[in-house]
Amino acid sequence: MPVISYIDAVTQALMEEMRRDSCVFVLGEDVGVRGGVFRATVGLYEEFGPDRVLDTPLTESAIVGVGIGAAAYGMRPVAEIQFADFILPAFNQIVSEAARIRYRSNGDWNVPMVIRAPYGGGVHGALYHSQSVEKLFTGVPGLKIVMPSTPYDVKGLLKAAIRDEDPVLFFEHKRCYRLIKGEVPVEDYTLPIGKADVKREGSDVTVITYGLMVHYALQAAEKLEKEGISTHVLDLRTLIPLDKEAVLEAVKKTGKVLIVHEDNKTGGFGGEVAALISEEAFLELDAPVQRLCGPDVPAMPYSPPLEKEFMLNPDKIADAIRELAEF
Amino acid sequence: MSELNHRELGLSDEEVLEMYRYMLLARKIDERMWLLNRAGKIPFVISCQGQEAIQVGAAFALDREKDWLCPYYRDLGMVLAFGQTAKEQMLSAFAKAGDPNSGGRQMPGHYGDRRFRIFTGSSPVTTQVLHAVGIAYAGKLQQKEHVVLTTNGDGSSNQGDWHEACNFAGVHKLPVIFMVENNQYAISVPLKRQVAGGEIWKRGEGYGFPGIKVDGNNPLAVYQAVKEARERGINGEGPTLIEAVAYRLVPHSSDDDDRTYRTREEVEEAKKRDPMLLFKNYLVEKGILTEELNQKFNESIAREINEATEYAEKAPYPDPETTYEHVYA
Repeated sequence: MPVISYIDAVTQALMEEMRRDSCVFVLGEDVGVRGGVFRATVGLYEEFGPDRVLDTPLTESAIVGVGIGAAAYGMRPVAEIQFADFILPAFNQIVSEAARIRYRSNGDWNVPMVIRAPYGGGVHGALYHSQSVEKLFTGVPGLKIVMPSTPYDVKGLLKAAIRDEDPVLFFEHKRCYRLIKGEVPVEDYTLPIGKADVKREGSDVTVITYGLMVHYALQAAEKLEKEGISTHVLDLRTLIPLDKEAVLEAVKKTGKVLIVHEDNKTGGFGGEVAALISEEAFLELDAPVQRLCGPDVPAMPYSPPLEKEFMLNPDKIADAIRELAEF
Repeated sequence: MSELNHRELGLSDEEVLEMYRYMLLARKIDERMWLLNRAGKIPFVISCQGQEAIQVGAAFALDREKDWLCPYYRDLGMVLAFGQTAKEQMLSAFAKAGDPNSGGRQMPGHYGDRRFRIFTGSSPVTTQVLHAVGIAYAGKLQQKEHVVLTTNGDGSSNQGDWHEACNFAGVHKLPVIFMVENNQYAISVPLKRQVAGGEIWKRGEGYGFPGIKVDGNNPLAVYQAVKEARERGINGEGPTLIEAVAYRLVPHSSDDDDRTYRTREEVEEAKKRDPMLLFKNYLVEKGILTEELNQKFNESIAREINEATEYAEKAPYPDPETTYEHVYA
């Protein structure tokens, strides 16, 4: 199997889906001639032309709103929001419109659209190029939210998202784009939206996480193995729908759970996972559920020591696992 | 009423009579809904009264077999002319399962009906204007020949989505007709405190396409403007902005009291230019409509609305279990 980068998996999925189905088209800022500011759509313009790889005006609400209209008509738009931080002008179109169209029309209309957005920090992106925005959407039924961690998952889940009949927010961790590489089959495949994946088997402590933090958790686990602590790592891959079975299964493995995410702690998705565990697996627990998250400050600062303080890393995760193992 | 003659616009006597009947049907359904609301039978009404000429004039200028609508909550006349019925309006008013717009999930006036290419709408204003642009873009990708008409009020023409939509459609020369139904008020705030410059139609120029202002009390004037805009769209010449000026004859909704912000004299003055009255006079003047025929129209419409009301009142509510349906595929 060829080894490719996380961002190449995005490009390949788009390319293959556009070849497979002429209804699939891409729209966003700088996605065409430039091939995207991160180069995720590179090569698409040359192959599919300006109508299917559409450079839009600098208007996020229009990118999503136009996508909704086109999706309802029968197309399969893949909208790119250049940075997840800039999704907020489109919030109303996503929450009041895309998420509710099937419901409010009693099933008469639907919006088969993907909204891709790079998120996450550790790239000197400061307050407005580093944010994790998933908690703003996880409480909005009607949306699906996918946050993959590996090239294999990216490709299979992006293809599944494009073929899905409902709106999917597809958040790509921008630090993963060129840092994370992995094996990806040449043949066409999809992965089911709503299924978590065990990235490492272990017996002492369970880490439940997603995105870049999966890799940091795996590095922490590696280090702790030498200290005799066995770590189980569950990658949620999809926040909505949440794979409840996989979460409960992972709790049973160790009885000690650490939830890790880069998004702020308060209101972050970890709270939802913790509540699920407390409601349905309380008796399986040998220690209180712990959360290691981005701090409750508005966003990630620019200056390196401040950014480092905000960001999680394998050492911080290892410390939290160790503490839980010793409980 | 005007210099315009329907025959010169290519409309037959039968067609203008049909237009009049749709306008009358919309007005009478609306009036009945207010009665039902005041009698405590339905929770909410949002009105088309005063804007029937705009809605029916525009619908008749479109291809009602091919063109698309992204309407707003006052467009009762338009959705009737596109195919919805009095019975369906009443099912929506009573929030019954048979409401074709939403199965009783949305408030009345939130139209949406795939049968007639009417895309579903919400309450935050002008979101639909972007959807219209997306539908037009998709039609262009699929090389279909149709236009999309989208409407909103004067106050809404200040929303960001409205401007983003005009710009997007202008850049890509899309077959969209942006029609602002200027009824002079955004709930309580009059045009002069809403719209800088006071002339919405002039905003078209800034987006690179024509803007025109028409008398929204005259369905023939609106018909003519939309007909020309449709031609432009079909010919690949891009969007058109139409500001159709009328007057909202009733409060914003059944929960509003317009006596708190406008005088009765002003409203009475506006009623002299009520499009129903003006169009009736025109048709009588042309010898097309007689008092006798008008009476017949009124009677058949009253019957239709009585039956619709009775049917909807007795129709079943949605099953509570269906609350959980249609969240995802």
